[in-house]
Amino acid sequence: MQFKSQAVAKPYFIAALGLFIGQIILGLLAGFEYINGTALFPYLHFNMARMSHTNLLVVWLLMSFMGAAYFVVPDEAQTELYSPKLALATFWIFLIAGALTILGYLTMSYSHLAAATYNALWPTMGRGYLEQPLPTKIGIVLVMLAFLFNLTMTIIRGRKTTIGVLLVASMWGVALLYLPAFYFPVDTVKDSYSWWWIVHGWVEGDWELVPASLVGYIMLKTTGVDREVVDKWIYIIGAMAFMSGFLGIGHHYYYIGAPAYWLWIGSIFSALEPVPFLLLIVFAFTTIRNRRRDHPNKAALLWVQGETIMAFLGAGVLGFIITLAPVQYYAHGTNLTAAHGHLAFFGAYVMISLATISYAMPILRGREANSIAAQRWEMTGFWVMCVSMLVIASALAAAGLVTIFLQRYTANPLPFMEVQQKEAVFFWIREIAGLGFFTGLLIYLRSFFVKGGYNYAAYAQQAMSTR
Amino acid sequence: MLSSEDMPRQVKSRHAALPGDFAIWIFIFAELAMFGVFFMVFAITRTLDYRVFEASQRTLDRSLGAIDTAVLITGSYAVVRAVYAIRRGVARACTRWLAVAIGLGGTFLFLKMYEFHQDALQGITLSTNTFYMFYLSLMFLHFMHVLMAMIILGVVAWKAHAGYYSAIDHAGVETAASFWHMVDLIWIILFILVYVLH
Repeated sequence: MQFKSQAVAKPYFIAALGLFIGQIILGLLAGFEYINGTALFPYLHFNMARMSHTNLLVVWLLMSFMGAAYFVVPDEAQTELYSPKLALATFWIFLIAGALTILGYLTMSYSHLAAATYNALWPTMGRGYLEQPLPTKIGIVLVMLAFLFNLTMTIIRGRKTTIGVLLVASMWGVALLYLPAFYFPVDTVKDSYSWWWIVHGWVEGDWELVPASLVGYIMLKTTGVDREVVDKWIYIIGAMAFMSGFLGIGHHYYYIGAPAYWLWIGSIFSALEPVPFLLLIVFAFTTIRNRRRDHPNKAALLWVQGETIMAFLGAGVLGFIITLAPVQYYAHGTNLTAAHGHLAFFGAYVMISLATISYAMPILRGREANSIAAQRWEMTGFWVMCVSMLVIASALAAAGLVTIFLQRYTANPLPFMEVQQKEAVFFWIREIAGLGFFTGLLIYLRSFFVKGGYNYAAYAQQAMSTR
Repeated sequence: MLSSEDMPRQVKSRHAALPGDFAIWIFIFAELAMFGVFFMVFAITRTLDYRVFEASQRTLDRSLGAIDTAVLITGSYAVVRAVYAIRRGVARACTRWLAVAIGLGGTFLFLKMYEFHQDALQGITLSTNTFYMFYLSLMFLHFMHVLMAMIILGVVAWKAHAGYYSAIDHAGVETAASFWHMVDLIWIILFILVYVLH
């Protein structure tokens, strides 16, 4: 680790992984409620489990992005962080506020939570992803502003590289696109219209700059490729992601009361959304093939390669399948969307977080890479998680198709509950694959407890024996 | 200035590869793919909704469209002259020709804004019909690209003025010129597709 202040990234990464565990457990519980709707009644309502599952996802991803930014930006700017103390303070505020909010969800009824947090003063609660009480929302804005201030001052003081500037710019985008959370019009069309800018504006436009710059950073650090080459790639990928995502978000405006031209604009631009993901694959794989050195952290490189493939499959391919307006007319709100959501979030954002943690954590613990044994645990975790997630997405996609053909695209539509029962087998497959995913996560976490760093002599010996 | 020994190598490398930075060609390819998708969808929708397209296309001012085309093509001529000037190492002429191109780009934007204004006066919006939806979004998208190209040419003109480029090293000028020509090319297709073909 070149700069002492990069160490503030560590608590962010640890907390992110902790929240990740919580997210998966709640996902398993919510998934079980698809199989047996009353098993957890009245302790955990499905809507609460689902809400905690999605909220935890967003919070832990933000945590890990913040950690990544605190690790990468000082290194790129070649200067210490402007204020490591502020970074630690915002960490604790964010973590405690996040934990209290989730506890609030799980222990109180939502209406009591709303009353206890003075939602009536400025109503903002009740929308998907934006269920947070008003004080949490204000807290998120303050934490983001402190975080952005800290990073921006670091960049201003230091070297301005494409990777650093792009990463900080995307974080500014996160803050700006969160502001519609405070806009809650009575008109439901206007409400939906602005609501899509927040989490979906993040994931389809702004956040795509995060994998672009972080894949670029890890490539730069592990392959010895020229910075100039990396810069050009991430410029192109970033520009394409922004161009397609900015108007591609129009696919959320189909059939919600928005003007009909969105059917065209949304379809055309979202058809282009897979392009940046494809470019990301080409970038990562050509860079690794043309590498000038072999970095000992094989696990980090595996995560990066996996990230580009899974992001392309989940966000690019599965996204494209459901994005055209005539398809969406039938597919809207089925489990096909959930399949896309799971694989895209995992591929594009969970995996880039884990890739960055995989690269940065050994360095934060004072070594270039983990021992071969630890990397073996980590890579096993990688494969178990990836395969499980592919099974989850396939099962959900199958359930979605059953809904479409039995309930919508048919002359004799069956009732909703009857169709759900016919899909039970897919919900079982999803739940079992979910347990598989959780096992993969535990295997991955086990790798952190294998002692010792990378042993070059052992590596050389192993390389000789396999040759 | 180039010495005579440098000359053959320069000429060879100029013909061996694409002009400018290779990255801009990936970008140009992506841009053409985007407009290409639009053109295809336009063509298919036109066959399906022939009468509406035919009637709406007749309301467009073709002579104004022809003037737009002439303005942009003249801009391309100026950009070509700028590239030739810097290849000979004459930065001042390069800056001047780039300024001419930016001026013509500005003229194009002015004419387009006049057309948008006329449409607005007639109450034409994206929701009027499918033709106008395509017409307005394609025109606006291209408008933004002309603006982008002008900004790029502006940066390059400033750098040429400040002496960043020479007869040997002028990839920046060629990169900007490639982008401009792409924007011009898209307009030529747009003009034929939207204004001329009936």
